[in-house]
Amino acid sequence: MSVTKKFVYINRKAPYGTVYALESLEVVLIGAAFEQEVQLVFVDDGVYQLTKGQSTEGVGMKNFSKTYAALGDYDVNQIYVDEQSLKERGLSMDDLQALTYEDEDDDWAEKSSMQLVNREQLAALIGDADVLLNF
Amino acid sequence: MSTLHTVNKSPFERNSLDTCLSLAGNGSTVLLIEDGVAGALKNTTATQSISDAMGKGVKFAVLGEDLSARGLPADRIIDGISVVDYTGFVQLAADHDNVQSWL
Repeated sequence: MSVTKKFVYINRKAPYGTVYALESLEVVLIGAAFEQEVQLVFVDDGVYQLTKGQSTEGVGMKNFSKTYAALGDYDVNQIYVDEQSLKERGLSMDDLQALTYEDEDDDWAEKSSMQLVNREQLAALIGDADVLLNF
Repeated sequence: MSTLHTVNKSPFERNSLDTCLSLAGNGSTVLLIEDGVAGALKNTTATQSISDAMGKGVKFAVLGEDLSARGLPADRIIDGISVVDYTGFVQLAADHDNVQSWL
């Protein structure tokens, strides 16, 4: 008998400076194969992971930002971005990739996976989690 | 004596930039690299402290390659911060008497 749990991944680090962002993404993709409910939270410097137009040729590192766009295909379509973190960093949702998924219950209509949340909503999300994974 | 200060930590996660700015004086250059480039953007909670340091005569530069990697637009960095490449990084190191790395 399989039990579905709610996994919440909390991402708080910028990409490339440390390996946390890449490791998180890999764990999320592995976890997605186990058909659990998955929610990704991007807060603090974690919001930098989702910026669009990342180009890593100059620093000689693998650009893994394109992988986020594939999350929808793995049924990872609950992506929460902390509004306050964006604001503190001079960013807005327009600076981030527009991540989407195809809704199988709605004739595969393309829908946004991303939701801008405030701290109150974020607290509720964390409070409802069965498993919390931090990166 | 002139000093090049390099800051490679995000100002929103560590206090490296704050400490650096409190100790960098006239004639110093602060070069933002790696996650430190986040501090170069306009309209952030770090913008004011950089502007204040500029007022004290501290010069600022940011590594363009690290901005690009993080998808941070070079046209939205604080006025007065110059964008340099790796060659420019070497030039800055050569142009100053010493390099202080705020790890």
